Amino acid sequence: MTDIPQTGRQIPDRLQSSLHRGLRSWETLLIFVFIAVFIVNSFASPYFLNAWNLSDATFNFTEKAMIAFAMAMLIIAGEIDLSVASIIALASTAMGLAMQAGAGTPLIVITGLAVGLLCGAVNGVLVAGMRLPSIVVTIGTMSLFRGLSYIILGDKAFTGYPKDFAFFGQGYVFWVISFELVIFTLMAIGTYFLLERSNFGRAVYAIGNNPTAALFSGLRVQRVRFILFLFTGISSGIAAVCLTSRLGSTRPSIATGMELDVVTMVVLGGVSILGGSGRIFGVVLAALIMGAVTFGFGLLNVPGIVMSIFLGILLIGVIAAPQILRQNKRE
Amino acid sequence: MTFLKSREAILLGAILLLIGAIALRFPAFVAPQNLANVFNDTAPLMILAIGQMIVILTKCIDLSMAATLAMTGMVAALLNGMGVPLPLIILIAVLLGALMGAFNGVLVWRLGIPSIVVTLGTMTIYRGAIFLLTNGKWVNAHEMTDAFKALPRSVILGLPVMGWTALAIIAIFAVIMTRTSFGRAFYAVGGNPHAAVYVGLDVGRSQFAAFVISGALAGLTGYLWVARYAVAYVDNAGGFELDVVAACVIGGISIAGGVGTVAGAILGALFLGIIKNALPVIGISPFWQMAISGTAILLAVMFNATSAREKGRLILKATDQT
Repeated sequence: MTDIPQTGRQIPDRLQSSLHRGLRSWETLLIFVFIAVFIVNSFASPYFLNAWNLSDATFNFTEKAMIAFAMAMLIIAGEIDLSVASIIALASTAMGLAMQAGAGTPLIVITGLAVGLLCGAVNGVLVAGMRLPSIVVTIGTMSLFRGLSYIILGDKAFTGYPKDFAFFGQGYVFWVISFELVIFTLMAIGTYFLLERSNFGRAVYAIGNNPTAALFSGLRVQRVRFILFLFTGISSGIAAVCLTSRLGSTRPSIATGMELDVVTMVVLGGVSILGGSGRIFGVVLAALIMGAVTFGFGLLNVPGIVMSIFLGILLIGVIAAPQILRQNKRE
Repeated sequence: MTFLKSREAILLGAILLLIGAIALRFPAFVAPQNLANVFNDTAPLMILAIGQMIVILTKCIDLSMAATLAMTGMVAALLNGMGVPLPLIILIAVLLGALMGAFNGVLVWRLGIPSIVVTLGTMTIYRGAIFLLTNGKWVNAHEMTDAFKALPRSVILGLPVMGWTALAIIAIFAVIMTRTSFGRAFYAVGGNPHAAVYVGLDVGRSQFAAFVISGALAGLTGYLWVARYAVAYVDNAGGFELDVVAACVIGGISIAGGVGTVAGAILGALFLGIIKNALPVIGISPFWQMAISGTAILLAVMFNATSAREKGRLILKATDQT
């Protein structure tokens, strides 16, 4: 999937300038898309512009976005984690087991986070430790993690979580600001500083652009990769706590297919699937766009599957548009 | 080549060992008729795995195969309801699949969008299109003509037509991939794209051709699937694209491109098919299947990596660890 030769590749006279403009225009494009979706929605339905409704709408993207930030870093570093939704399933199942064993809310949450971290470590060891391709490894662990959930739960479900556990997915910190929204915001800011303002972040970009050069520059490539898998693991753990708390139950089929939504969100946010470029602000915008589209269509009683067509077209269209423009310019 | 052959031989050995272990306690499992049933049951997976293999050989991936299958199957069922003759239905299913594959291929070839993004998008678009086409309605057994349903199930020499179709596809592609320049081009393009360009191969066009083939095979499987299970709906074969990728990985097809054989893809598919069919026989809950196939994928990729590790890598490894 990588380094397919483009015949007639040129070295630009001035470095960066056009790339920079391109990156800047990507976020601008997303902002315009978001505003357009927002305006269309508020005209289409009188219920759209209501603080509580909008607050409710945030729930359909916050959990995915929590994982999308870590996934963005991982994809920028040239890897991918398709097992995130299965990590949610396993973490949620572990929380159910902890609950059944009589654990209180703090211990349930710790169990969820610990299982998330552990799953991330398994992926990390396989990819960074044994140098296996991440796409295959995480397709394997995707089956394995959710498979373990199925072995434990079968066709049953865990219900009856403690009352105070409901706070993580259903609680509000202040007025319409939900706990999930606060976590989303904190994770966005935290990831921004880690990726775009720290040495670690520069290493992530360097590895994504050229892992060999990064290695010869003295970066500990495999360690960075391992840490990134820990991040997606713990992020999935956090998302598992929120999702389980919001649903109030655990089934092995929980969050099925969410990995594709997360990858879509990241790619829509302007992160190159080939690695090396992308920014957190774009991912935040992509999350907001996906949330607004889902919510708006929901208010109009458009079935979920039609929304997914729209997101599929958006994904391909947003990536194809700059390519088509560039090709036309060349001609 | 001997080394490549040995990889398939090891997988074949593992499969025989698996069958032997099952046969020790459940001799009925290895009765010829039952093995024929297992083969027949795995036929869709084998056909799709061949298509996926060709795509993976060119450094791409096709995640839209199951959605293409569902779409062509639905169209086949609807055409059947309109009284279109069966040979024409099958032809249309294959052509429609090829067209859907061509759409993926054009986006990869002409626009240079990574295949994982393209097929992730078209996967949801194709599923959604089925919904728009049918408004979410199912086509059930009683809405299909008997001839439509009977073809994949009619038994010739102990094996249903679906199994024979898989055998025919295997034979055709075994020849194409080893004996024709068209087939060898896929290996060249994936093995070393730069070298392929220098010898005059068009990388993008080969990728396009790979997507057309995988689409056409998914189209054919779409008819077989719908006719055999006698039902067509939006979520038909949901998540099956990952089983197909899993079969390829277990079969030793390198996700980095350029490495893999038809025999590998078939053995990978059969391995998953045997496990799926054996679990109920040996009394293990089918809920174990997912974890077992996950473990098989991980073991296969570990094995392939240790046997395929290049020498040049070792220098980097030593530097990395200090």
